[in-house]
Amino acid sequence: MLSVENLKFNYRKAQRDLFDNFSLELNEGGVYGLLGKNGAGKSTLIYLMTGLLTPLAGRVTYNGDDVRRRLPRTLSDLYLVPEEFELPQLSLKQYVKLNAPFYPRFSHDDMMRYLDLFEMEHDVQLRSLSMGQKKKVFMSFALATNTGLLIMDEPTNGLDIPGKSQFRKFIAQGMTDDKIILISTHQVRDIDSILDHVVIIDNSRVLLNASVGEVSRRLAFRPVQPGEQPLYVQQSVMGTLGVMPGNGEEETNVDMEMLFNATLQQPERVNELFNQEK
Amino acid sequence: MNFKDNKAIYLQIADRIGDDILAGRLAVDGKVPSVRELAAQMEVNANTVARTYDYLQQTGIIYTKRGLGYFVAADACDRIVRQRREQLMQGEMDYFMGQLRAVGVTPDELRDLYSDYLASS
Repeated sequence: MLSVENLKFNYRKAQRDLFDNFSLELNEGGVYGLLGKNGAGKSTLIYLMTGLLTPLAGRVTYNGDDVRRRLPRTLSDLYLVPEEFELPQLSLKQYVKLNAPFYPRFSHDDMMRYLDLFEMEHDVQLRSLSMGQKKKVFMSFALATNTGLLIMDEPTNGLDIPGKSQFRKFIAQGMTDDKIILISTHQVRDIDSILDHVVIIDNSRVLLNASVGEVSRRLAFRPVQPGEQPLYVQQSVMGTLGVMPGNGEEETNVDMEMLFNATLQQPERVNELFNQEK
Repeated sequence: MNFKDNKAIYLQIADRIGDDILAGRLAVDGKVPSVRELAAQMEVNANTVARTYDYLQQTGIIYTKRGLGYFVAADACDRIVRQRREQLMQGEMDYFMGQLRAVGVTPDELRDLYSDYLASS
């Protein structure tokens, strides 16, 4: 379990706190989508979660240990794929030989499977790769470390068109009940079908942290009927689509973009709906 | 895999499996793909497929053998057809009838249209 407890953080030059009394819990078996506007602090939160930044107050624990202590047992069980990164001038084989020993559950077979899925060669020169290829190779290594926590910042940025579908297969295949996967993204349509939890943050608060199953029970995403009062509406070729309180009967498909917009526009109403007894 | 906008994805996947059973691509007493396999194939979360299988089990279309996975029930085809008939009669048919009335199609015309359709296909 990853637990963010009463976190306070700001960058020295910024006037306001990016996080203040911010708490969040991530549990094994969940594929979490972390959504927030530009500047909401998604990447900062990720660095705080992985012990790369120090909170001004509060703490982040992973399996009970403060991540800021950077204990070997913590670092060997978490992996971060940042949005942008450089790879060393090595072949993939050399890279794996140097880095895999830090991760006791690393599986060579898994990595080969993921590389195949992304249609990548098994051994490549890392410096000769394009940005998208680099991402595919690095993510294959990351998931094959089989760490209990895998965090990816904007993983579909820079992927080609087949790459987005390959990415969904990759996550669906590599996810197991003893892992936590957190994906921070703006390209929510790329990944919404593989998420089972959604976390929406804004103004140093968690506006929503719910399983997709719960969202589909609490809210309905469908055409608006006359007289209805949706939380959020959006015009489309099919007419006016809205986010409505769920009627507890037929479940509709969760539209993550509409959920995000509805939550940002009406956080109180959404909060109320999710805290009702069902 | 592309999904329609409105219907919950786990139900759309259930429809797909129903199609596979009716078309004989999944045989009676044959094993259906594992949750993880199907999740990767459909590019969805494993929990979504788990819900699909729960639903199919509740409706008697598949059954589980402990430790071995899910299998297609002997009367799966009958059940699927019955279920789809009910859904059609309650849902789409109602809308369709409304449209027919709105544009003034008479019962006789409808009967002829349907007879022609059956004869030509």
